[in-house]
Amino acid sequence: MIFTEEMLASMKKVEAARENNIALEPRRMTAEEKDALLSQYHPDYRQDGFQTIQVGPNKGEKAPVELIAMLEGRSRTLDMDIDLNKIDYEADVLIIGAGGAGTSAAIEADEAGAKVLVVTKLRMGDANTMMAEGGIQAADKPGDSPAQHYLDVMGGGHYVNRPELVKKLVMDGPIAIQWLNNLGVEFDKAEDGTMITTHGGGTSRKRMHAAADYSGAEIMRTLRDEVLNRNIPVVDFTAAIELILDDEGKAAGAVLQNMETGEIKIARAKTVVIATGGAGRMHYQGFPTSNHYGATADGLVLAYRAGAKLLYQDTLQYHPTGVAFPKQIYGALVTEKVRSMGAKLINSEGEVFMHPLETRDVAAASIIRECSTNGKGVPTPAGKAVWLDTPMIDRIHGKGMLEKRLPAMLRMYLKFGIDMRETPILVYPTLHYQNGGIEITVDGMSGVKNLFVAGEAVGGIHGRNRLMGNSLLDVIVFGRNAGQQAGKAAKNTQIGKLSLEHVKKYQAELEKAGIKDQLPSPKLLPDYTRKF
Amino acid sequence: MAEMVNVYLFGKKYEVPSDLTIMEAMEYAGYKLVRGCGCRNGFCGACATVYRVKGDRELKAALACSTKVEDNMYVATLPFFPLIKEPYDIEKVRPDEKIMMQLYPEIYSCVGCNACTKACSQGLNVMQYIAHAQRGEYAKCAELSFDCVMCGICSSRCPAGISHPQVAMLARRLNGKYIAPESKHLTERVKEIQDGLCSEAIEAIMAKPVSELKELYNHRDIEK
Repeated sequence: MIFTEEMLASMKKVEAARENNIALEPRRMTAEEKDALLSQYHPDYRQDGFQTIQVGPNKGEKAPVELIAMLEGRSRTLDMDIDLNKIDYEADVLIIGAGGAGTSAAIEADEAGAKVLVVTKLRMGDANTMMAEGGIQAADKPGDSPAQHYLDVMGGGHYVNRPELVKKLVMDGPIAIQWLNNLGVEFDKAEDGTMITTHGGGTSRKRMHAAADYSGAEIMRTLRDEVLNRNIPVVDFTAAIELILDDEGKAAGAVLQNMETGEIKIARAKTVVIATGGAGRMHYQGFPTSNHYGATADGLVLAYRAGAKLLYQDTLQYHPTGVAFPKQIYGALVTEKVRSMGAKLINSEGEVFMHPLETRDVAAASIIRECSTNGKGVPTPAGKAVWLDTPMIDRIHGKGMLEKRLPAMLRMYLKFGIDMRETPILVYPTLHYQNGGIEITVDGMSGVKNLFVAGEAVGGIHGRNRLMGNSLLDVIVFGRNAGQQAGKAAKNTQIGKLSLEHVKKYQAELEKAGIKDQLPSPKLLPDYTRKF
Repeated sequence: MAEMVNVYLFGKKYEVPSDLTIMEAMEYAGYKLVRGCGCRNGFCGACATVYRVKGDRELKAALACSTKVEDNMYVATLPFFPLIKEPYDIEKVRPDEKIMMQLYPEIYSCVGCNACTKACSQGLNVMQYIAHAQRGEYAKCAELSFDCVMCGICSSRCPAGISHPQVAMLARRLNGKYIAPESKHLTERVKEIQDGLCSEAIEAIMAKPVSELKELYNHRDIEK
């Protein structure tokens, strides 16, 4: 048995209390209780995790220290001999990133008749979209409405979301589901076609659509297949290391670098879409992450140096239930759907210490409190953790339901000898999502003309905390939107003379501010060599 | 500290802690991965790997990110496999037998060796889903293949040259678009939105000051 004696002793208490705990309906916290909890325990409030930005459009604001190091880093282009007269790729719309947002944008820009080029530093589909498990929200059922969805999004985001962006998210939600359905995405449906939907943390209606717990993978592989069907050129294993502007300051392309050979290529385009995703692999505050290998905030850095403003770059999402044990999958995601289906969070004493479907920031802070001040965490080799009582699921819904609805989770644990149908699992918050990002208007454009942004690289849609299922929705809604708008804008664009002057200017500002010991930026990949 | 084991990465011997995954063992040994590493958690299929443990004749297949090292494990990764992907127009194809015959005729050359099933990193019954595809039973093919991460190990073992993941991909899209029942509530809600029937409510809630939104949020009824 791989569990320690201490774990097994605590597990006995969880088992003994299971029947009572299933029946229990825990109270939800009041707004005041939540505020107090967050300010004391949420990592966003840890002062030592942040510094002040010294240069650029967000000068004077806070950002995570690891992101600051990249914003204050040295452009890789500065030490290269780059000839902007030698164009390797020409396109109407250049899309940087090939996850859910990038591929959605590519399909729509192609549909609009634009000549599209997609570049991605790993493979198409190597993205957080692929790893989204639980589902996608949309208000398409009787008793629900886009306005009700709007209220949940704003409340979950602490009322600082950009209202126009939230409106687009919720109003285009059902349309996005229909679009995916028509592309052949296999949503879970009842025999009569009714979508099988559940709650997520902080939802007031059951509007979480899913494809088992491979929701993101099912969406991503379908979008990838559609990009291939359309014969849209995708240059893989090629990172954008800098944006190119023209002499009017419009985005006009990117400097690309082959991730394997180091070769530099120049792409010129009438419009550019940044769809580079999140930042989990920056390991903010030393947290493990549920993100894919390339999630290093590249797009934020590139856009910032080009003059685009960031929004809420100081707020990250720690998913309450990352794997705490076993070590081999430490930090991996345990989908919120496990709680949607009735599994409760239990402390070392076998007690339910919170409602399982509070919003993610509240749930994460509550688990951190349980494992620290409250002293009711279960010891693991990586630190304290709490139980997620997964055997509750089959007890509530009948034998076989966990396997049917959560096959990926079951498989993930079985590979390491843990049957989550029989034994509870140990969880602790993991770095999951970049709530903030590049500021956009509702047409998807950043502060830099013809520079569009979509997906996790955007800030403002989710305020200071995103709800489960609104990210898959956001990548589709705003990915499509960016593709449509960038395609349209390309029609009326004349590209001027290409330039990297903004990079030199930004570097001069950094030097003027006294910044030294610059790291190469953007990061591109985390460094795990010889680390384990 | 975990005990150390010997692993042979592409034939070269390294000593690594026994509690690492194959992927972590490569990094521990000094590799900086670019290929063969994606989600690091069993969803993307980037890290297809074949291995054999010394003394065992069986060639095994797995994902490097979710498989623990074993002593005397000989490892080769397969970060790319040239699958055949035939393009089609999803709006024009139909879920009949003809489409598979047109796009992937090699599936009818399956010799029934079951090497694909034995090799699947997800433990799927690959040969059976191909059998369903041969018969135009796309819903069944979709169901059996649903957990596929398209790593391509099955195809690397196939004497008939079948690109199983792409066959299954087509079957799933046909099933999702044409065979699965329509969601009427979705069709209706989309029409309501397009007809402007949801606009007044959204404008009204957007016009509310934050204090009023907070009241609404803190006292909203939550569906049971």
